[in-house]
Amino acid sequence: MSASLPPSLPPSLPPSLPADRSEAAFTDYKLPLAREHAIAEANRCLFCTDAPCVNACPTRIDIPQFIRKISTDNVKGSAKTIFEANILGMSCARVCPVEVLCVGACVYNNMDSPPIQIGKLQRYATDAAFEKDWRFFEAGPDTGKSVALIGGGPASLAAAHELRRFGHRCTIFEKRAILGGLNTTGVAPYKMRADQSLREVDWILSIGGIDLQLNTSIGEQIALADLESTFDAVFVGAGLGADSALNIPGESLPGVVGAVQWIEHIKRAKATLDGVSRCVVVGGGNTAIDAVRQAIGLGIPRVTMLYRGSEAGMSGYQHEWDAAKQHGAIGEWKALPVAFEGSGPSDTSKVQRIRCQRLDDAKKPIANSDFTVDADLVLVAIGQSKLGQMLGSLSGITIDKGRVVTDATGYTGRTKWYAGGDCTNGGKEVVNAAAEGKAAAHAMHDFLMTTKRT
Amino acid sequence: MADRDINTSTKPDLRVNCGGINAPNPFWLASAPPANSGLQVQRAFEAGWGGAVWKTLGTPIQNVSSRFGGHTIRGVQGAGFNNIELITDRPLETNFREIAETKRLFPKHAMVVSLMVETRQEWQDIIKRSIDAGADGLELNFGCPHGMCERGMGSAVGQEPKINQEITSWAVEYSTVPVLVKLTPNVSNIIPHGIAAKRGGAHGVSLINTIKSIIGVDIDRFVPEPRVGGLSTNGGYCGSAVKPIALHMVAALAREKEFGLPISGIGGITNWRDAVEFILLGSSSVQVCTEVMLKGYRIVEDMIDGLENYMQEKGFATIDQMVGKAIPAFSEWGDLDLNYETVAKIDASKCIGCQVCVAACHDGAHQCIHPTTNGTRVPIVDESECVGCNLCQIVCPVPGCITMQPVTNGYQPATWNQHVHDGKSLRPKKGAH
Ligand SMILES: Cc1cc2nc3c(=O)[nH]c(=O)nc-3n(C[C@H](O)[C@H](O)[C@H](O)COP(=O)(O)OP(=O)(O)OC[C@H]3O[C@@H](n4cnc5c(N)ncnc54)[C@H](O)[C@@H]3O)c2cc1C
Ligand SMILES: Cc1cc2nc3c(=O)[nH]c(=O)nc-3n(C[C@H](O)[C@H](O)[C@H](O)COP(=O)(O)O)c2cc1C
Ligand code: SF4
Ligand code: SF4
Ligand code: SF4
Repeated sequence: MSASLPPSLPPSLPPSLPADRSEAAFTDYKLPLAREHAIAEANRCLFCTDAPCVNACPTRIDIPQFIRKISTDNVKGSAKTIFEANILGMSCARVCPVEVLCVGACVYNNMDSPPIQIGKLQRYATDAAFEKDWRFFEAGPDTGKSVALIGGGPASLAAAHELRRFGHRCTIFEKRAILGGLNTTGVAPYKMRADQSLREVDWILSIGGIDLQLNTSIGEQIALADLESTFDAVFVGAGLGADSALNIPGESLPGVVGAVQWIEHIKRAKATLDGVSRCVVVGGGNTAIDAVRQAIGLGIPRVTMLYRGSEAGMSGYQHEWDAAKQHGAIGEWKALPVAFEGSGPSDTSKVQRIRCQRLDDAKKPIANSDFTVDADLVLVAIGQSKLGQMLGSLSGITIDKGRVVTDATGYTGRTKWYAGGDCTNGGKEVVNAAAEGKAAAHAMHDFLMTTKRT
Repeated sequence: MADRDINTSTKPDLRVNCGGINAPNPFWLASAPPANSGLQVQRAFEAGWGGAVWKTLGTPIQNVSSRFGGHTIRGVQGAGFNNIELITDRPLETNFREIAETKRLFPKHAMVVSLMVETRQEWQDIIKRSIDAGADGLELNFGCPHGMCERGMGSAVGQEPKINQEITSWAVEYSTVPVLVKLTPNVSNIIPHGIAAKRGGAHGVSLINTIKSIIGVDIDRFVPEPRVGGLSTNGGYCGSAVKPIALHMVAALAREKEFGLPISGIGGITNWRDAVEFILLGSSSVQVCTEVMLKGYRIVEDMIDGLENYMQEKGFATIDQMVGKAIPAFSEWGDLDLNYETVAKIDASKCIGCQVCVAACHDGAHQCIHPTTNGTRVPIVDESECVGCNLCQIVCPVPGCITMQPVTNGYQPATWNQHVHDGKSLRPKKGAH
C-alpha cells in the first residue's frame, strides 16, 4: 500500500531557489501587524495565570509574558521569551495551525470575544529579531561529546541548537541539498516561502559548531552502524517518506503525482502547468487542502478535492477547507478512485480522467455507481510512507506501523539512539517536531553527561 | 538558562544602593498587600523582584469589606485604583518570624520593613524587633491618607514637617539600619516634607503614597465606592493614573539643592519604561503596588529585561549612571525659551481623514486646522495661526501623522526671566487676537 509514486517530476532539484519558482506567486495570507496594532492587541491579553494558550503550545512558549513585552515595547525581550522556548518561533508564528492550538485555547473564546491573535503577535516579535539580526544564544563550553542528527528538518534543527547550547558538537546528515525539511519544501507558500525557512535555518546555525553533510542519505551512503560507532549519540529526525500510492491502474500515467512531491516542486522550481485546466486532489487531509489552495493560487481554473468520506468527516482543518472553498475549490465526496485513464484504454501519454465508485456512509462501494471525473493533473494526497523501517535492523529499537517508538524524552530504547518529529509522531506539525527535538536534546545531554566516554 | 544568554558579557549591572540599602535590582514591592506575608515575598523574590518593603507594621488593625475600588478609563479596568485598607492586620510575631525566614532564604535581597506606631516607646520597640528580624532598612509610613491619619498617624504626620522631623529623628536614633521616610502626596508642596525628613536624619525618602480620593459613586444606590454596607469613605488613589503626579513630586525633590537624599520612586509604575522615567528623574530604586495587585509578580520579568535592553541600547553600564539624568532638563517655567516656536504638520500620506484634529483645534485650541475644500479629507494647518500647542498631535490616531516641527523665526532665545530682567525681545504672539 505504501509503495511510492514513480517520480514524474525531475528527481533532483538544485540547492538554490530560482527567483521565478512557482511559489513566488503567493503572498502572505495573514498580514503582519503594524506596531500600533500589535501594541493594542497585546494590551488586550489578560496575562492569564496558568494560561490555557501556553498549555496548548507543544513548546510551551510563555505566551502571556511575550505578549506583555510587546505591550511595553520590549520587543527584544519578547523575541527572547519566544526563542527560549522554541528556536523555530519565527516559522511557527507563520505555519502553526493556531486556530486549533494556542488561539483556539485563548480564554476570550469563552466569552464570545475574538481570541488574542497570538500567531501574529509572535510573528511581530520574531520578525523584528530577524530584521535587526538579534542573536540570543551562544554555544556552551565544549563538552568533547558529539552527536549525529539524521535529517535536517525542524526536529533535528531544534535538537542541534539545544545540544549546542549544552556544548555538544553536532553533525546534521541531510539527504537533500537544502535544510529545513518540510518547513522548506512542504509548507504552503502563502504561510511561508522556502527562502524564509532557509533564512531561519541560517539564523539557527549561526550558533556555530553544527557541521553539515548535505546530499547524504543515511542508510544508503553511510551505514547506521558507522554513525553509532563514530558519535556519542544519534538523533533520528528523518520525518516521513514519499507520498503513499493508491496502487490502482494507471497510477504511473504522466500527470499523476504525489502531492507532497508536487508541492516541493512548486516551492523550489518553476512548474509548467501548460494544458492543465482541471486538477483533482485525492485525499481529505491538510496536505490535500494545501494542494487544492496552491493549485487554485497558480491559476488552474477547476480544482476539485476528491475524498472517500463526507465533507464533515475530512481530517483536514475545517478553517483551511472553508478558506479553500472561498477561493473556488470544489468538493467531490464519498468517491473512491479505482483507475486513472488516458483518452482511451490504450492511451498512456497523459492522464485524462479518474474512474471512481461512490461510497456509502460506511465507506463501502455502492454497486453500479461508477462515474468519472475529468483531470489533467492528479495530486495524490493520501499520506506519506513511514521511514521507520530504515532503523529496523537495530536491535532495541521498536518500529510500530512505520513509526519509531520512543519514550516521552525521545529515547528509543537502544543506547545512544534518540528520535523525534514526524518519524516518531507519525506526522504532526512543525511545532511538535521542534518540541520533540528540544526534549530529546535534554535527554541526550543527561545521557552524555552521565556516561563515561568510551 | 539566562546564564547562557549571548549578552552575558555585556549585561548592564542592575544592582542598586538606595540610601544604604542594597538590592540586586531596583524593582521593589511597595508596602502593600503584595508584601503582606513571607510566602508572598519569597515568591516575589523568586520571580525576580530585587527588594520588598513589608506591609506596614504597627498595632494590628481590623479591615473592612470591601476595600478596593477600580477606576475604568475608556474601557481599561484598573487604570486607576483606590483602597481603604489599613496597615497589617496580622500579629506582629507572625510578621517578624516571616521576615526573618525570608531574609534567611534571600540574604541578598533588600528587606525593608515599613512601620507606623504612635509613641516614642512604641517606635523604639518596633524598630528593635524589625532589626532583630533582619531588616536591611526601615520605611516610616507617614503617608497613609485614610483611617490611620484620623488616629494621628500616617499622613497626619507626613503633612506636618515638624512632627515628621521629630519622629524621623527618633527612628534614626534607635535604628542601626538606614531609614527611609515615605512621604504623602496629600500636600501642596512636597519640598518642606522632604527637607523635614532630611533634618530628622533620614537616609532617603520614598514617594508617593496614595492620594486622597473617592473612586466613584454607585449611582443606583447613591453610595460612593468602595461600598461597606450602605456607607463608604475616602480612600487612597494609586495605579497608572497617578504616575504623572508621582513623577513630579520625585523630580521636585531630586532637583532641590537643599534636599539631596536618595529617593525610592513610587506611584503608577507598571513596566520597565515607567521605571526608567522614575530613575531618570532621580529615583535610585522604584516600588510597585497596584500593577502587581492587578497582574501578579511575573510582571517583573519584562521590567528586568526591558530595563537591561534599554541600558544596553543607550550605553548605560550601571543604574547610577541613569539616576537623575533628566533632572537638568527639568526647569522653572520662567527659564523656558519663549522664542522657541513649533507648528503642526500633517503628513497627508498618513492622514486617514477622521478630522478629530479639526474638532480639537477648533473647540479646544486656536481654530487653525481647517477642513479642505479640495475634496480630500486631509485638513490644512494655518501655520501663521498655529501656536504649537500639541493638541492635534495628541488626538490624532495615526502615529507619526502629525508632527510638531520647529520654525526658524529669526528671534534669539529669550526666557520670561531674561525678558523681564534684561529686556530681551520676544517674538509676536500667535493666536491671541
Ligand atoms: C504539504 C505539507 C504541508 C505542511 N504544512 C504545515 C503547516 O502549515 N504547519 C505545520 O506546522 N506543519 C506543516 N506540515 C508538517 C510539518 O512540515 C512537519 O510536521 C515537520 O516538518 C516535521 O519535521 P521533521 O523534522 O520531523 O521532519 P521533516 O520536516 O520531514 O524533515 C526530515 C528531513 O530528513 C531528511 N531525511 C529523511 N531521510 C533521511 C535519511 N535517510 N538521511 C538523511 N536525511 C534524511 C529529509 O530530506 C528531510 O529534510 C506540513 C507537512 C506537509 C507534508
Ligand atoms: C491596597 C493598598 C494597600 C496599601 N497599604 C500600604 C501600607 O500599608 N503602607 C504603605 O506605606 N503604603 C501602602 N499602600 C500604598 C502603596 O505602597 C503605594 O505607595 C501606592 O499604592 C502607589 O503605588 P502604585 O501606584 O504602584 O500602587 C497601599 C496601597 C494599596 C493599593
Ligand atoms: S489565554 Fe488569551 S488572554 Fe489569556 S494569556 Fe493566553 S492569549 Fe492572553
Ligand atoms: S480577590 Fe480573593 S479575597 Fe478578594 S474578593 Fe476575590 S476571592 Fe475574595
Ligand atoms: S487627526 Fe490625524 S488622521 Fe485625523 S484628520 Fe487630523 S491629521 Fe488626519
